[in-house]
Amino acid sequence: MAKIKKKVKTIKIDLDKCNGCRACEVICSAFHASPRYGSNNPERSRIRMVRDPIRDVYVPVYAGEYTGAECMGRDRYVIEGKEYDECGFCRAACPSRTIFHEPDSGLPLKCDMCEDDPPQEKPLCVQWCLNDALVYEEREEEVEEEAKPGDVETALESMIDKYGLQTVMDTASRMAKKE
Amino acid sequence: MRYGETGYNLEIDLSRGNIERAETDPRLTELHLGGLGTNAKILFDRVKPETEPFSPENLLIFSTGLLGGTPAPGANRTIITTYSPQTLLMGYSMMGGFWAPELKYAGYDKVILRGKSSDLVYLWIHNDKVEIRDASHLAGKGAVETQELIRKELKEPNAQVAAIGLAGENKVYTASIEQGRSSASRLGIGAVMGDKGVKAIAVRGTKDVNLARPAEFLELCNEVLKYIKYRNENPVPNVMTILQGLGSPQEMLHVDEKWHTENFMWGNARTRRKDYWNKEIEEKWKETQLGVRKRLISCYNCPMKCGAIISVPGLSTYMMKCFSKLTYTMAAYSDLDFGFRIAQKATEYGVDGFSTPQIMAFAFELKEAGILTDADFEGCPSDNEGKFYWLLDRIVRREGIGDVLANGTYWAAKEIGKGAEGYAHNNIKKHEQLPLKLGMLNPVYFLMYATGEKANITQIEGQFPQAPFATMEEREEFVKDWIQVPDEKFKQIVLDWEMRGERSNPYYPTVDMSVDIVDWQEMMHYIDDALGVCAGLSSFPLKPPYHIHNYPKLISAATGIDMDEAGLAQVYRRNRNLIRAINVRKGLRRADEKPPEDHWKKRFPELEEKLLDAYYAFKGWDNQGVPTKKSLRQLDLGYIAEDFEQRGIIKNGQD
Repeated sequence: MAKIKKKVKTIKIDLDKCNGCRACEVICSAFHASPRYGSNNPERSRIRMVRDPIRDVYVPVYAGEYTGAECMGRDRYVIEGKEYDECGFCRAACPSRTIFHEPDSGLPLKCDMCEDDPPQEKPLCVQWCLNDALVYEEREEEVEEEAKPGDVETALESMIDKYGLQTVMDTASRMAKKE
Repeated sequence: MRYGETGYNLEIDLSRGNIERAETDPRLTELHLGGLGTNAKILFDRVKPETEPFSPENLLIFSTGLLGGTPAPGANRTIITTYSPQTLLMGYSMMGGFWAPELKYAGYDKVILRGKSSDLVYLWIHNDKVEIRDASHLAGKGAVETQELIRKELKEPNAQVAAIGLAGENKVYTASIEQGRSSASRLGIGAVMGDKGVKAIAVRGTKDVNLARPAEFLELCNEVLKYIKYRNENPVPNVMTILQGLGSPQEMLHVDEKWHTENFMWGNARTRRKDYWNKEIEEKWKETQLGVRKRLISCYNCPMKCGAIISVPGLSTYMMKCFSKLTYTMAAYSDLDFGFRIAQKATEYGVDGFSTPQIMAFAFELKEAGILTDADFEGCPSDNEGKFYWLLDRIVRREGIGDVLANGTYWAAKEIGKGAEGYAHNNIKKHEQLPLKLGMLNPVYFLMYATGEKANITQIEGQFPQAPFATMEEREEFVKDWIQVPDEKFKQIVLDWEMRGERSNPYYPTVDMSVDIVDWQEMMHYIDDALGVCAGLSSFPLKPPYHIHNYPKLISAATGIDMDEAGLAQVYRRNRNLIRAINVRKGLRRADEKPPEDHWKKRFPELEEKLLDAYYAFKGWDNQGVPTKKSLRQLDLGYIAEDFEQRGIIKNGQD
């Protein structure tokens, strides 16, 4: 099996170094504005500060995947005696909250690590964080090309486990006809 | 579309409960930029000088700066303007934090309050939805507590709230407006807010702030950030620690207080304790500070960390910045633990940390001198710290002697009489100053203290060194990368300035040089205050990232207004004269421009008169400090000349 190289992009977030200035929100929303930098609005930012100074809560969170439905339950972390907000570390653009949704259209936002042509040296939020609360790391991983089955294959396998191959095939062909 | 600014102000008439969104004139932005400049224009045009500060006709203006809410680092200041109850002049105070950018994102440059609400209310500004809401349940609540309560009540954890405490509600002349880690404390603007019946203004905005030439603007911002980084890594050598870096003095970071405790005055700005600092105190204070300091924090879009979250066991958490950690400590001859404890109470009450401790120390001096009596202090505990807590309570509640003291040392001394005036010795323009008493007169500082419209040295002083460097090597080192100077001549002054001899204070810098230096310092402050950029990144520290050479480019790229250095200097002169004109209409004249008599031990009356003469002449003012018709007209302020003529301030036919 062939090995391929995969680039893994990480932003390491050091909560202790964050001074809560929200420069990350400013520059993110400016970079993704059209025309570029033409406007800024933290509400459009793909990184948001969950920030409550009185409780000393300073958590920058990046927009991850969109989810159509909220979780069955919510999490609340207490770390070293400090209680963080409900879902305070979650990256999902989720219907349970307003962050990571465009303020006017409600469409979900997702961090793209400032993909650009030519590429930016680092995501802009990292460049603007002079306190190094955000540190960009990039590494290459060798992965086997076919080691990981596609999402559809994984899903089908579990469907077949549950309902049997025939039922799944029948359902699929019936659905195909409808379309 | 308007760039940089939103082009709209929010006009709120509290008497009628009327709210309007008013489009502003873009020509005024060209003439005055924004922030302090346009605030002053509104105050001049709309509030007659006869108006009492506590009158429905007085305005209370909350403003963003022209660059506020843009990506320009540190452009986060809220500039609040009104007539001050304490000085009876124009009062303007400013705060950093997060409020002003939020207001811009809500779609407004300013909130202009007029009238008075009969009941205590708070304002809730959420984009286009603006409400006047009942605040009766918040009466008497702390200024920090109120911010939290409103956020909870609105279910808006991201709302930014500016609030007054009990002191503002009771119209204490030293009442502040508090917001997060910041406060607008000086000149009694919190009292005016209380008088208007407004407990707080909560803001939440989710709109865009637009830029005219985005790529160019961002490039300039990146250069500013790069320079901040460079300066953070390269402190200015050969000056004392707190002057080496950027930001406001890093009082939350540093624990070594040898310099302040041995050079600033204790008590009622009285006593210098030359050998106060020792190893034992250093250890104890370090333990205290690190024990209560949870995190160093910043204002909106600024990498500096000038503030801190302070959590004293047993007391609710608050935030602190700058010098207030020592003002109570030193007024009471106490220690740092006391300072952090009483400041928590004072912050919730919402009082100015400069003036309030001095007022208390002043009162106890009067008691010792027998001018105030035991009857005035009935119920006051006898222990040193207990009595300060007791008096703070009386002042913010305006109870008994507290009612007199709540008007500040100047007015209290007048009311008390019996020689009390001699104890209100640290005022300029009726306003308490830093407790600093020095030996030799510094001509530059003399002018800044005397003529500053805000009557507060930290809002005037800046990037010219406070003292000469000892050796030529040090001077050369300092000037070699001094890119901020508007003119090369300033470098020569630093090179020639000696500690002793002919070229030393008070006669060097010479009169003309001093005037020039002060004009530069003032220019940068006036520009900052119009743009809403923190002085800590510009006019205040040595070698800042913003200066006269990059500001015009930033303004042009943000707004599309054509601006160069000469044009920006002209805007500064216009705003400087406009604010002077407002105060001249309020009665300000040469006789008021006096630093405290004991500020320097060695005074030079003749030289001081020459300095003032030269300063006024340089500004285009007459020998009373009144702008002449000719200079007003040159600054497109002909309407002020006419107003002066009608009021008899300038005689008909006189230039």
